[in-house]
Amino acid sequence: MEITSEKYSVQYDAAAKTIICRGALRLAGMEDYAPIVQLFDKVLEDHPSTLRLNLQELEFLNSSGINVLSKFVLKVRGKADMQLIVQGSTAIPWQERSLKNLQRLMPNLELTWD
Amino acid sequence: MAQILGEFSDHLPVSQEYLTIVLSPSSAPLQQRWHNNGLSADFMADYFAAFFPRSQDTVSQINSKVEVKSAVSFIANELLENAMKFNDSTTNYPISITLQLHQDSLVFLATNSLKAQTVDHFQAFIQEIIAGDPGDLLVRQLEKNAEDDNQIGSGLGLLTMMSDYLAKVGWKFETVQEDPEIVIVTTMVYLMM
Repeated sequence: MEITSEKYSVQYDAAAKTIICRGALRLAGMEDYAPIVQLFDKVLEDHPSTLRLNLQELEFLNSSGINVLSKFVLKVRGKADMQLIVQGSTAIPWQERSLKNLQRLMPNLELTWD
Repeated sequence: MAQILGEFSDHLPVSQEYLTIVLSPSSAPLQQRWHNNGLSADFMADYFAAFFPRSQDTVSQINSKVEVKSAVSFIANELLENAMKFNDSTTNYPISITLQLHQDSLVFLATNSLKAQTVDHFQAFIQEIIAGDPGDLLVRQLEKNAEDDNQIGSGLGLLTMMSDYLAKVGWKFETVQEDPEIVIVTTMVYLMM
């Protein structure tokens, strides 16, 4: 499963049980994010016991995108038998500032840094 | 008469170094210009990164080129997105964003018109977000949004600036024309360095 555009891509590697987000996500509101939300929902249907969310090449995320990621994290939180590992990069300053909020939403989310 | 909420200062020292971008709704519909927000924000970010790092000691982590770029790009983009979202499209009042370099801070000023009937609701929302802890409010708002798909303008951008970038935010509301009424809001964001 993959969504690509000139500015960003969101991909699910089913073998590695990893969602990879790259580029700059600045879509206008929830309507424009709907295809990405659908991809996330399909991943939840796949129900991996350990899911990785790799953001190490996600350079930019607007507040609507923060909303989308947070909603996804809350959906995973609702599944007691699913572990979520969010992979961030210390080279991308917004991630060091804002990814901790995902952990506040889901305290047993594992946040790793490259 | 102007009404001020939060940490808005009308008496900033004059900045010699600033950029202003003005968008006139009469040139092209604003909805078609959404992708320009990113371009404008990135331009401001790249341009101002040139002044960093500064030699003085800084109180925040925002001193390296890469930090400044990231913070300016996020804040300018959110301010432009908000200005477009809440702009009263029945007026031809332009949207503008200014970024000023000061001794110890970067100051953003974003101006847009507002539908007069939305002003009370917006001001009530502002009172809420300036009264509490931004980090707690942000997490609470994220939880709330997850339950309601139709939240627009939930203030996530502003709360993220305040919580994650330690920005101070203030608002000035002015009626610039009586008949028909045009109300404008200027959002001021201080990013301490």
